[in-house]
Formats: sequence, structure tokens, C-alpha cells
Amino acid sequence: MADLDLATFFLALLAGAIRVGTPFIFVSLGECLTEKSGRINLGLEGILVSGAMAGYAVAYLTGSAWIGVLAAGGAGLMLGLLHGAICSLPRVNDIAVGIALMVLGTGLAFFLGKSFIQPQAPSLVAIHLGGWSDDERVRSALSINVLFFIGVALAFVLSWGLRSTRWGLMLRLVGDHAESARALGYRPVLVRIAATAAGGFLAGIGGAYLSLYYPGSWNEGLSSGQGIMAVALVIFARWQPLRCLWAALLFGAAGAIGPALQSVGISSGYYLFSAAPYALTLAVMFITCRPNQTLSGAPGELSLTR
Amino acid sequence: MNFRNQFYRVGVALLPGLPSLLAALTTFVLFMLFLTVQGKPAWEACQLVVQGAFGSAFALESTLQRAAPLMLTALCVALPARAGLIIIGGEGALVLGGLAAAVAPLWLPSMPTLLMLLCMAFSAMLVGGFWIGLNGWMRQKRGLNETIGSLLLSYIAIALFNQLVEGPLRDPASLNKPSTVPLGDDLLIGPISDQFQVHWGLVVGIIACVLAQILVRNSVTGFSLQVVGGNVRTARMMGLPVDRLVILTCVLGGACAGLAGMFEVAAVQGSANAAIIAGYGASGILVAFAARQNPLAIIACAILLGGIEASGSLLQRRLGLPDATTLILEGILFTSLLAWEALTPRIVAWRLRLNERVIQAQGALQHG
Repeated sequence: MADLDLATFFLALLAGAIRVGTPFIFVSLGECLTEKSGRINLGLEGILVSGAMAGYAVAYLTGSAWIGVLAAGGAGLMLGLLHGAICSLPRVNDIAVGIALMVLGTGLAFFLGKSFIQPQAPSLVAIHLGGWSDDERVRSALSINVLFFIGVALAFVLSWGLRSTRWGLMLRLVGDHAESARALGYRPVLVRIAATAAGGFLAGIGGAYLSLYYPGSWNEGLSSGQGIMAVALVIFARWQPLRCLWAALLFGAAGAIGPALQSVGISSGYYLFSAAPYALTLAVMFITCRPNQTLSGAPGELSLTR
Repeated sequence: MNFRNQFYRVGVALLPGLPSLLAALTTFVLFMLFLTVQGKPAWEACQLVVQGAFGSAFALESTLQRAAPLMLTALCVALPARAGLIIIGGEGALVLGGLAAAVAPLWLPSMPTLLMLLCMAFSAMLVGGFWIGLNGWMRQKRGLNETIGSLLLSYIAIALFNQLVEGPLRDPASLNKPSTVPLGDDLLIGPISDQFQVHWGLVVGIIACVLAQILVRNSVTGFSLQVVGGNVRTARMMGLPVDRLVILTCVLGGACAGLAGMFEVAAVQGSANAAIIAGYGASGILVAFAARQNPLAIIACAILLGGIEASGSLLQRRLGLPDATTLILEGILFTSLLAWEALTPRIVAWRLRLNERVIQAQGALQHG
């Protein structure tokens, strides 16, 4: 333990939090938007994997990583639209549809992505903010992808939008009390379909980050459950976009803590650290939940809280 | 007139199956369309799915082998669903149950084979039941949503499993595939018979489904559960022990999933290793929803899903289609099954109308 290098450890942790956390930002903001409208989409894992595949394939075919990102969003949008549309039918359970979509999305991605496992697509470029430092570790830690900054900006925009725009208020009204929204002349079903599709778009971009930047290639073991974890993350963040941002970084750090410890020579407990976000979310839910009272901040129409 | 009457009667009997039939048809069309767009021989692929699932004794064995754990993990969804809970964490109970079954012979004193197998099954059920029961308890005591809670607990269970299998419980002899110490040959569960190479998990799965059906349909507990699932306030007014009933269903469901883990360890893998984390939990959820949480229907749905999964190797060998083809078929099938569920209210109305016609027709016969 004597040569445990704290600086190395924290740098690795910070770099990891940003690098691992970026897809969480997108997926969790997407899920946050969907859940704000009163639906839960458990199929984000399938959407994430589809986005990763579509992004990689299109980036390879067109030679442009950014067109790939858009294609990933488009793939996510389509799957989100499917989820939204099916859940709008009467008596359809959104949780079960989510799981079916997870299977379908993963299957489509694996099937169509089979021929893209070998070739190397252009990857997204990082911005090097560490030029002032001579330390190689600082420089590698501070080379950050543009998508991270877009994600941060998006969190602020969504937070503002949900609080003080007409669209944001309508979305929250639909999610909290669909009857009132209907009385005001809005159509909750359409709002929910749109929110789920938008959520799918963001989750697809999160997938593109995985395949085009970090780890940076397409294969069938690419996702390590980020889509599922995002569902936990949104609850952890109490349905607030800004808290989603911090929680995404925290979850990223928890995922990075195992490799960071390895960088200073501690290799045990890897799996337990990777499960830390789940345990943390469960602990928070356990402490804050009360019988006969829903989680504070939870949309009233969410099937999870009714 | 009489003929028409018969026609109405048949209609009344068959109407509930209409959504499933339409879903199968939709799936067939969409799957064919997908393969055709991909430039693959669609019709041939569909034939191979049927052939690979049920076409030969070998195919049937493979199908049933896969169906066995699905029946048990589906019960882990369907039993709590009776009390109005949506539990999606069966995978966690399965892996921890499998682990418990794998280490039981190491920790317990030596005893006759059959007794040891029973102990293994009991410890698997105990651990699985505890894990899902914990969900029920957290929900009843703290109001913690059981769907998310079970999802989180499932991932925690998988991490715990990996940590234990790669750490303290690892057999030092298992080099590149971390496993627990392999079970002795006498503790490996063999096939039902030499002519029928399917492990006993199938029999246990079917028995569990039948018992579950008896529990939910023919017992007082089942009736109470129906009240709890329908309206908790009514149940409380009737003085039913709501908390105990809810936790009971969770424990029973978890025990089933744990048992599935034990069969994966003792009949398929021979030791607990990461190969038992194979997505049986998620497939079980789909089976339970496709069966509309009906234990007997679970048997059929599990066999159907097992068949689709089993046909993958034949599709790959004959047509060079990737493994993921079966995932797509599964995804389309379950999405359309869930979507056609929307027809249920209409079907109730149509049945009522047909029933009226039957009664009218009978009246006409008697008076005419």
C-alpha cells in the first residue's frame, strides 16, 4: 500500500467518470424524458445496442463519424416510436413491451451488425484540454469527447425546458395527471409517443458513443448493461435532468473504480464495485420510500408509482 | 338454425385464442418480410424453425431442455403477478440458487446421494426464495417499487455471484473459466431415460406449473391472492393477511427460479460458473406475459420459446443465418403477442354478444 499513488488513482477515476459516464448522460436523459411523460421504457438496453450498431455501420459506410451519430439517434428514434405506439394500445403493459423490445433491438443489432465486426470505422475525435500539462496522465485524462459537452449542455437545456417552457410543462402535466392534460385539450397519447421516441433518440446516441469512441468498436459484448442501469439512474436522480448529469458521472466513477484500483495495483472486488450503483440506488430508494407515499418527484402517471 | 347455433358456440369457445392466433400470424408475416428484405430464403427459414424446434427427436429434446428452466423462471413472474406485483428479477434468484446448490455438497456433511440432491434443491429454493421474498418485504414494509427493486437486486445478485465464483468459492483447478468445485458424478442429474435425453428439470418444471395452477385456481390462498391482486383495499377490509400473502408469492416464485438454477448447475454445467447467467430470467418474463400469467399456459409458451431458441443452430448450419435470428423472431413474437392483447376488451364484448345469440337461438328452438 505504500506506493499507492493517490494522484494516479484520482486522475484515473476522474477520467473514467467522464469516459464511462458520457453514455449514461444520454441514456438517462432520454429515459428521464420518457418517464416524465408517464411511461417507462425498459427496452433502452436494446435501443442502446441498436444505436451502437447503426452508428458504427453508417460511420463505416459514409466515412463520417457524425453521420453515424445521427443514424444511431435515428435507429433509437424508430425503436422508441415502436415502444410508444404499442404502449398506447389499451391494456398493454409498458414494462413487458420494454423487455420484448430489448430482445428485438439486441437481435436486430446482432443480426445486421454481423458484417461490421471486422472493419474499422472512423471514430469520434476528442478535444485535448490537457495541453498545458507536461504530465502524460493528465493529458490523457483531459482528452474529452465532444459528446460529453453536448450531453452536459443538454442536461441544462432539458432542466430549463421542463421547468419553464410550454412544452416542458405540458409534458410534466401529461406525466403527472393525464386527465387534466386532456381537459386542457392536449392528447396524452401523442405526447407520450413523442417523449418515448425522443428518449430513444438520445439512448441511440449514447450507443453511438460506445461504438464510435469508447470502447470504440462494434462487437456483441459492447454494452455492459448501461441501458438497464439508466433506469436505476433516473430513479436515483429523482427525475431531474441536472441530477441525472451528476448521477451519470457518479455511476461512471463507480464503473471506473475497478479499473482505477487496478491502475494502482488492487485487483480484487472488481464485480462488487461494478454493482455499487445498483446497491446505492436500492439504498436510496429504501431510505426514502414510505408505504402509502410515492417517491418524491416521481411522475404521478408512472406505472412504477401507482 | 341448429347449425348456426353450433357456429356461435364454437365462436364463443375459440374467441379467447384470437389474439394469440393473430400474433402468430403477424409474427410469421413480419419475420418473412424481414428475411426477404435481407435477401435470405424466408420460406425455407420458417420451415427450418419448425424443423429445428420439433422436427426430430433430437430437436425436441433440445427444445424441452431449454424449456425446463423457462417454466420455472416464468413462475417467478406469474406467481407474484397474482398478487399484483411485477417482478423482473428472476435471473438473480436463479444464479444465487445455482450457486447455493453448487456449494451445498461442499459444506454439508456427506450423506446419501438422493438426500444430498434434496438438500441441494432445498438450499437453492431457500436462497432464491429469500432473494425475491426480500423484494416483497421491501415493497410491503417500505413501499419500495418491486419492479425496479427486483431489477436492482438481480444485478446485485449477479455481481455477488461473479465475485464469489471468481474469488472465495473458485476451484483453483478451473483456470480460464472460473467455476466452483465440480459436483461429484453421483450428484449430476442425468436424462429422464436413454431414449429421452432431457434432464429431470423438465418434469420438475411441469409439476411446479401444475402445482402453481392448483394453488392459484383451486385453493383458498389462490382466491385470497386474486382479491389482493384485484383490489388491496377490499382485501384489507376482508381481513386478509395482505403482507403475508404478497411475500408468500414472492418466496414461492423465487424458490422456483432458484430451483431452475440448481438444474442448470447439476444437470447442465456440472458446477456454478458464468454460463448459467444466460438470460433465462428475461425469457421467463416474456413467457409469463405471453401466458397471461396462467401457470398451465406457461408450459406451452416455455416449450414454444425453447423451440425457437433450439432452432438457431439448424438455421446457422443450413442457411448461414446468425444466432441473432432467433432473437429477432422472439422479439417480434412477444412484441406482437403483447400488442394484440389490446383486443381483449373487444373480445369480451364479442363473446357477450355471441352468447346472447346462442341463448336467442335456443329460445327460438324451444318456442318455434
